[in-house]
Amino acid sequence: MLVKQISVFLENKSGRLDEVTKVLADNNINISALSIADTTDFGILRIIVNDPDKAEKVLKENDFAVSSTEVIAIAVPDQPGGLEKALKALNEASIGIEYMYAFVGKTEEEALVILRVEALEEAADKLVKNGVKVLSADKVYKL
Amino acid sequence: MQYWNPTYECMHREEMTRVQTARLIDTVKKVYHNVPFYREKMQKKGIEPGDINSVEDLKKLPFTYKQDLRDTYPYGLFAAPLSEIVRIHASSGTTGKQTVVGYTRKDIDTWAEVAARTLTSAGADRNSFIQVAYGYGLFTGGLGIHYGAERVGASVIPISGGNTKRQIQIMKDFGTTLLACTPSYALYMAEEMEEMGIKKEELQLKSGVFGAEPWSENMRKEIEERLGILAIDIYGLSEVIGPGVATECSCRCGLHIQEDHFIPEIIDPVTEEVLPYGSKGELVFTTVTKEGLPLIRYRTRDISTLNYEKCECGRTTVRMSKVSGRSDDMLIIRGVNVFPSQVESVLLEFGETAPHYLMIVDRVDNLDVLEIWVEVNQDMFSDQVKRIEDVEKKIRKAIEITLGINAKVKLVEPKTIERSEGKAKRVIDKRKI
Repeated sequence: MLVKQISVFLENKSGRLDEVTKVLADNNINISALSIADTTDFGILRIIVNDPDKAEKVLKENDFAVSSTEVIAIAVPDQPGGLEKALKALNEASIGIEYMYAFVGKTEEEALVILRVEALEEAADKLVKNGVKVLSADKVYKL
Repeated sequence: MQYWNPTYECMHREEMTRVQTARLIDTVKKVYHNVPFYREKMQKKGIEPGDINSVEDLKKLPFTYKQDLRDTYPYGLFAAPLSEIVRIHASSGTTGKQTVVGYTRKDIDTWAEVAARTLTSAGADRNSFIQVAYGYGLFTGGLGIHYGAERVGASVIPISGGNTKRQIQIMKDFGTTLLACTPSYALYMAEEMEEMGIKKEELQLKSGVFGAEPWSENMRKEIEERLGILAIDIYGLSEVIGPGVATECSCRCGLHIQEDHFIPEIIDPVTEEVLPYGSKGELVFTTVTKEGLPLIRYRTRDISTLNYEKCECGRTTVRMSKVSGRSDDMLIIRGVNVFPSQVESVLLEFGETAPHYLMIVDRVDNLDVLEIWVEVNQDMFSDQVKRIEDVEKKIRKAIEITLGINAKVKLVEPKTIERSEGKAKRVIDKRKI
């Protein structure tokens, strides 16, 4: 149920993000979700791609500092209160969210959200039990 | 008073050579019999104390390196019993190990004597108010000048470093006539003074002794103009004794070495050959009166030249030119000795191999600042900002503990630090000195 996310260290200077997308494009890797966390000095690019192992390999070959992390991908109804259900389930189980970001929309009825939490397996379990749609890795990579 | 001790400061060359010879012979005997390190080194070269009969014979003796002090840490090179040691100072070392120096009561007396000569050269006498803004503590700057100032009979203001506004207020209220600190701190004070609205005319300041870091003629001009004083360059290193090894006189044309205590040589740092008078090379000192830690041919790594001509001021002691550089990769930042290898040893704790790094030294508002760029490696990288910032913070703390100074740590992407022949450049010194 867990999805592999690739993170890349980026300095805060122009052109760096373009370098990453170029390496991915050259290797025919498709990005389906993306987020950037930034500080004054550096940023962390987090991406969900169709082939995370290959992405990690080619980025490392191109001298980027890369790490892969497991995250949860969920699909929530694209309507008020849709996300609330999922977050409530985690809150009730006292599972903290380290960060989250939304997918580039692919379906009309659902919004896709990536969650990075402390207790991954437990979180996924609680989400499923509370009727939240957790997406499988296979499905996510194909998006 | 123009000289503190004219007997030695204005001594004829032949007489000085006689004094040095007698003291050198004595020192060599002492270290041979009391310090196994020196005895072994001399035996390896096939030399006995009896082979040293003149200053000329100095070149037969083996060199002593900073590393030798580390290898024998802490007291291995002391020539006096520890019960005779009355003071210990230390300076930072490359691997976290400090360089430890010990003084007997007589050494402290010698130190006060040479520091008194230094201060007298800068115009101090018993009517002076001397503000010692060098750090007090293990660093030799503060206490070294302090004892010299007391010896002169001046009123000592032992304020130590930092708290600039208070420094200036005290300088004004107490009527300081002579300031002792690093040259960059003197400039910083001048700036702070302007901000506080205090004019140089409101001060009694006449001169300053500045050292412990490299500085230029331009900096001197600026200090002299902005503080309205005579700025005197002083030289010293803790291994030899501390401040007081050499000082400029009011002519400011080279630093008079107190050569009745410290015999200088200039050598080629690569071939280790002694170079003829006037040549540029590495300064080497042999101490001939010290008891606690006598040093034989100590390699300072400072680049200078020697001038034996009599000075206009009347002193006959040999003059060294302002230190123009280093024969190793040591940096002096805010008066603290810093080696790139220290940074490397810190970074080694943050991964299996030390990441590439670059030290950028600059002078902002007359204060040295150090920024260290560190290439992020897989071990440090995480998908979470907090973790990376934690790594940054840990590196900064470890650097501060090891180097003794603050540095800004900036994480950069792998392979972004320029490499030449596969080896990364370690230091960029942007200071315009």
